[in-house]
Amino acid sequence: MDKQPLTTRELDSYTQEGSVSTRWIRVGMDTGGIAAGAQEVYDTLIEARDASGLDIDIQQTGSVGLSYADPVVLVGGDDVPTLVLGDMDAESARELFAGYFRDGRLLDDRVIATKNRGTGFDDTHQAVILVKDTGDGDSHHRTTIFRNLILEELEARGLEQKVAVYRALDMGLYHRGVCVQMLPSRVTYASVTGTDVRRLVDESLRHGMVLEDLLVPGGDPQERISMRNCGTIDPSELESYLRAGGYQGLKRALVEMSPEQVIEELKTSGLRGRGGAGYPTWLKWKNTRGQESDRRIVICNADEGDPGAFMDRSILEGDPHSVLEGMLIAAYAIGADTGFFYIRVEYPLAVKRVQKAIRQCREAGLLGENILGTGFSFEAKVRFGAGAFVCGEETALIASIEGRRGSPEPRPPYPSIKGLWGKPTSINNVETLATVSAILEHDGSWYAGFGTEESRGTKVFAVTGKVRNPQLVEVPMGTPIRTIIEDICGGAGHGSPIKAVQTGGPSGGVIPVDKMDTPVTYEALLELGSIMGSGGMLVMDESDSMVDVAKFYLGFCVEESCGKCAPCRIGGFQMLSLLKKIHAGDGMVADLDTLRDICVCMQTASLCGLGQTAPNPVLSTLKYFEHEYLDLVTTPETVTPSGKGRKNA
Amino acid sequence: MNADGELEKLVEWVEGVRKRVHEIAGEWEDEEGSLIMILHAIQDEIGYIPRGVANELAKATGISLARIYEVITFYTYFRLTPPGNHEIHVCMGTACYLRGAESIQARLLQQIDLMKAAGGPKDDFQVDCVRCIGCCGLSPAVVMDGKTYGRLNPEDSPEILKQKPGV
Repeated sequence: MDKQPLTTRELDSYTQEGSVSTRWIRVGMDTGGIAAGAQEVYDTLIEARDASGLDIDIQQTGSVGLSYADPVVLVGGDDVPTLVLGDMDAESARELFAGYFRDGRLLDDRVIATKNRGTGFDDTHQAVILVKDTGDGDSHHRTTIFRNLILEELEARGLEQKVAVYRALDMGLYHRGVCVQMLPSRVTYASVTGTDVRRLVDESLRHGMVLEDLLVPGGDPQERISMRNCGTIDPSELESYLRAGGYQGLKRALVEMSPEQVIEELKTSGLRGRGGAGYPTWLKWKNTRGQESDRRIVICNADEGDPGAFMDRSILEGDPHSVLEGMLIAAYAIGADTGFFYIRVEYPLAVKRVQKAIRQCREAGLLGENILGTGFSFEAKVRFGAGAFVCGEETALIASIEGRRGSPEPRPPYPSIKGLWGKPTSINNVETLATVSAILEHDGSWYAGFGTEESRGTKVFAVTGKVRNPQLVEVPMGTPIRTIIEDICGGAGHGSPIKAVQTGGPSGGVIPVDKMDTPVTYEALLELGSIMGSGGMLVMDESDSMVDVAKFYLGFCVEESCGKCAPCRIGGFQMLSLLKKIHAGDGMVADLDTLRDICVCMQTASLCGLGQTAPNPVLSTLKYFEHEYLDLVTTPETVTPSGKGRKNA
Repeated sequence: MNADGELEKLVEWVEGVRKRVHEIAGEWEDEEGSLIMILHAIQDEIGYIPRGVANELAKATGISLARIYEVITFYTYFRLTPPGNHEIHVCMGTACYLRGAESIQARLLQQIDLMKAAGGPKDDFQVDCVRCIGCCGLSPAVVMDGKTYGRLNPEDSPEILKQKPGV
């Protein structure tokens, strides 16, 4: 090891350093971004920069979460406004250098307008107008017409050289007619009509007056805590994380606090496990610490298995050090000397970035003996999953690391009492640990300031399915589902209206559209017959058959059942046969009662969470969409909305 | 090359594999919780876990063959038979399923059948359904030979195959 271990003083020096370069470009290079072509965009940017001779810092980052617009690029600097650009390709990458960094020129259909909207103009003149018709249908055509209207008005005032007008990729507003955002002020108008164009140019552009009747006030409902660095730092550089305040939380814990105080801080924060069950993190740690033992262990559960959930992958790929720091803090609090990252082998990039983060920390002395000169020692290791969903269950996960089949064990004893190799073990999910490091960097009451009384803080959701803009969203707990689906993600995708939202993956349930004003908290979702789960939020529209959805989720659990206990092994199989029968149009009304009976049996008698929760999608679709089942059993000829339910189809 | 030469080569290969198994086991000797990691390392190199290799691993680690097989057969990721030389993983996550993953898979299989009927491709494609690959924003998605392709529709499928040389 050539490098000297980091001291607490050196750690602080990073946060005081100025930015490296005044102008910068960040390319979101997580798995999603790369699959959409981010590598080509990055390579082209490097090439174009070298050819231009400009001094611009180009950085690879994780994803900011805007999956629908991948590849996503952020540009900014001291003298240019920060912009989020989506749907990038090699040509638009070159254009950034030929246009934006030379004369401020932008491309149409690339800019994603910010939701942090301005409310007034300062002295700087407005250089850019973004415009988009946010209605359905051929909005692209209507946007172009409107842009031309604004251009004509600018020309009539001799402003066409001073103000540029572009079609936006997304305005952050939906079904609000023509929307316009001016930069750099970020003042945004909605429901703009042709007659407003003159006022827009005369009053707003020329005289700096706000058109109050059109103004859309600011306010991004999102709050980035777990994902604080995703898309803004280079996940493969320790220094990048340190500059963003990284390992300050660890320093505070090690230098200023006792392990008990760290646990107390977590109690104040109200953080509950983000993997699904929502068990208070502080209590899990306290139980582990309280268990007499020669050795304790901490595990990061990164076996993100719920189909439709990818927040853990995104955090591991975009900010692995935040999770590692959280693990170190957990280890200090519970008195552990070893930590394991149990990562899905299907996430190769996440594995690579975590391994690199561990290597960097070893070199910098943030792992190993006597960390930061405090006498605290800890080692972190990576273990792979091997394609078994049940290994997300903590006793099965432990069995897997121990090199056995991933069969769950009855609890109690809980892993905090008797875990890996029989030692007290605290198992925490990726998002939980990334949040822990943020909480220790600030403090517990800061975090408790977000969310509701029972469900504190923020939660990341992966919103996918039949939604306009699938993406990762981090919102304070208590935010209505409708805000997430409609205000942030733009509501229904193209085509038919939303029918339901599924939360919690195969262990969760469906929430019908008329319950969408429900706030997302552990309690409220449970009341509706669903769960928070790891944060998958799947939007389904009128074309999706709920019987098919139930069959899909149940089929998943049947395939992943380890087969150890009879209720799960046999109950799941029988229920799936019934669902297939009903879906094919061969079912009977009495089958619905049989389904309900098996559900209750599985819920009460299964050994682990997989079997206990597997009936949830069936029960909740029966609860809210029984008519779809009845349609299939009573009149087999009826075509279900998806057309898949027709007899002999 | 005569038959003896081939045999020698085969023996050499087997010896090489045997050596590697012991090397890999050695690398993990002092590590806790190593069996699944060793199996991953072997499958990464050989593409699957042949019975003879499992047997050799039992000798190298002292773990009984029964226990090694118990593990290999439990986890879907481990293979007991050689894979095709091009692997296509069709994501069956919820988002992909709702957006037509099943028809993507059907179209891929159909396309491969057509290629076989037309004299056979030079390459051997293997199509498997996999659990969510976490690219839900790009659904429906497939992974071919480690590279992810997103936002597919059934008409796109042959295009992915075509990008491979020799097809």
